[in-house]
Amino acid sequence: MSAQAKQGVSLKAVLLSVVILLGNLVVHGAIFMFFRDSTLNPLVTAVLAVIWGVLGVYLLYFTLNLAAEQYPERVRRRILPYIFIGPGAILLGWLLVLPALRTLYLSFFNASSEKFVGLANYAAIFSDRLMGIALRNNLLWVFVGTLACVSLGLLIAILADRSSFEKLAKSIIFMPMAISFVAAGVIWKFVYYYQPGDEQIGMLNAIVTFFGGEPQAWTSMIQPWNNFFLILILIWMQTGFAMVIFSAAIKGVPEDILEAARVDGAGEVKIFFGIMIPYISTTILTVTTTIIVFTLKIFDVVMVMTGGQYDTEVVATQFYRQFFMYRNFGYGSTLAIVLLIAVLPVIIINLRQFRKQGGF
Amino acid sequence: MVGRKKRKGSKTLVNIILGFICLLWLIPTLGLFISSFRPAADILQTGWWNVFPHQDWKKSGESVQLPKETDLRQPIEVGGKTFTDDQLKSGVTVDGDRLMWENRRARTLSVMEKGWEFKPALTLDNYKNVLSGKEYKLKNADGSETVQKGSGLSQAFWNTLTIAVPATVIPVLIASFAAYAFAWLRFPGRKTLFVVIIAMLVIPLQVALIPVLKDYTALGLNGSYLGIWLAHTAFGLPLVIYFMYNFISQLPKDLFESAFIDGASHFTIFSRLILPLSVPALASIGIFQFLWVWNDYLVSLIFIGNQPDVQVMSMKIADLVGSRGNDWHLLTSAAFISMLMPLAIFFLLQKYFVRGLMGGSVKG
Repeated sequence: MSAQAKQGVSLKAVLLSVVILLGNLVVHGAIFMFFRDSTLNPLVTAVLAVIWGVLGVYLLYFTLNLAAEQYPERVRRRILPYIFIGPGAILLGWLLVLPALRTLYLSFFNASSEKFVGLANYAAIFSDRLMGIALRNNLLWVFVGTLACVSLGLLIAILADRSSFEKLAKSIIFMPMAISFVAAGVIWKFVYYYQPGDEQIGMLNAIVTFFGGEPQAWTSMIQPWNNFFLILILIWMQTGFAMVIFSAAIKGVPEDILEAARVDGAGEVKIFFGIMIPYISTTILTVTTTIIVFTLKIFDVVMVMTGGQYDTEVVATQFYRQFFMYRNFGYGSTLAIVLLIAVLPVIIINLRQFRKQGGF
Repeated sequence: MVGRKKRKGSKTLVNIILGFICLLWLIPTLGLFISSFRPAADILQTGWWNVFPHQDWKKSGESVQLPKETDLRQPIEVGGKTFTDDQLKSGVTVDGDRLMWENRRARTLSVMEKGWEFKPALTLDNYKNVLSGKEYKLKNADGSETVQKGSGLSQAFWNTLTIAVPATVIPVLIASFAAYAFAWLRFPGRKTLFVVIIAMLVIPLQVALIPVLKDYTALGLNGSYLGIWLAHTAFGLPLVIYFMYNFISQLPKDLFESAFIDGASHFTIFSRLILPLSVPALASIGIFQFLWVWNDYLVSLIFIGNQPDVQVMSMKIADLVGSRGNDWHLLTSAAFISMLMPLAIFFLLQKYFVRGLMGGSVKG
């Protein structure tokens, strides 16, 4: 009797879940088609999309959960987690995980992805002049940019900690992090702007001529020094990030240790290197890796400032050029994989960190 | 006593150095901001700092008439001193006054004296012109007029908003469900999946772009809002899941237990209890994701391409830089319009903003 009842519930549950699954597929498929082909006013589209994004997505979970509730406790407990992570996992798999593997696969094929070429693309990266320059510049970006961001961030954090307008100063230094690299590019293009003639409207050239120097076209002049003027933009934008994190870390250094060192007659410099730096060393490591990862992928600044001309190409711009303009999927994929290899150590560090923090 | 005095002195020094650094940080943006309000011809003629009171040479009204037959190739004698033609062309300073040709052919020199100059001409025209798509007249430095077409940035502004809002709401909702499952449900594959998500945190987007573009071409998603929403959703998910996991997994266990005793299902607990409790975290990561999409250039460049109807602001501005790199009246105002939203969020929601950025700084 009870077994029969159970079976009946199961049948109903199976039927219901099939209906719900199919229903969701049809409804969201229709919405998919609608948005893909929609020619409505963008604002109307946006409003509809937000409604779909909140209600539609919520209803998806709600109905799937409803289906799961029809099953006995033991089964439900098994399927419920997959309902919760399902949509996220599908999107991630389709648009991030599988593409990464496919890119790896494509990197062993020629420009049109038809002929297997083994490691030839990888060899080409290190022999091609433009790509060699891209690699060199990327190293320059990572090394100079990170070093400057971290040391300046630390310096400003310490200065701010002792100044009388800490909050204001931190806001000002942090502000560039909010804006886009494209806008920052425009800001700095204006600073570096050069025009022939006496009157310089670019600030840098105005300062240079004020002191009797010759105005320069900074971003295209003597290579490879022009790269430094681009890296300066990164420093301007990212120092705020390092500063805010360091600032919090510095405040965590116990006051009594510092006081004890002062009583022992240690100078501020000695306290800084002897106590502060060792105390916040893990924070320094985290900030450094974060900025390195960020800098490796630098793209927008170079695109806006020079478009990769005048030997300012980096790996990400070279990737864009090979893939999007030359349609060379082989080189494009290989460059993407090179970036991936460069961040692998960071991935491993992150995973180790996560395990150490007792995650799972 | 001595110690305190010394510390006070060093504090002044710290303030001065920090103030100087802040000034350095602020000035580039200030230059852009001020320039965006100056008439197009002014921007190209004088530096933006000329809107502040400054000393400049002004005509004093006096002029010197040289003999008509003065030979310009020879040193020219004026008031007992001799100058070359070139010197007089660019102006030469004598006893605090400045001599310059007023009319070279008539051999008239004007005498200029130093005086305070403060007449900033400010205008909103740049903003009007860059926002609209209509034609407008532009006054050149020499007084002539040219007709230019507006850049139609307002369309791009709405496009950006249309892309950014759904591309924030959808991933945050999906990620919260997933984060809840990772934090409070036990299932096979949980560990592996989470390791994948952590690995995806710093993965360069470039590794996904080529295959995704191929799929999009096959599905007809290129240049559509839907394609961009999905791309931003997927690219944002690892970080949002990770961020929400960190928050949700820290919630006290008792909360769940008492809810369970009341017979609530996981779905009810999540929507009635966890979501409302997570509002601060949702706000932080939502702001981060929103700004990320708002400021994005690469993803739009790849998936929107040359669809002018869907183009976002960053693409439009990058195009302007490429095609009209000397039209600073357009570039400055366009850049500032694109900065309005981030700056507003920065100043109004600073607390959430900083928290989101700290958590999101690893994103690829």
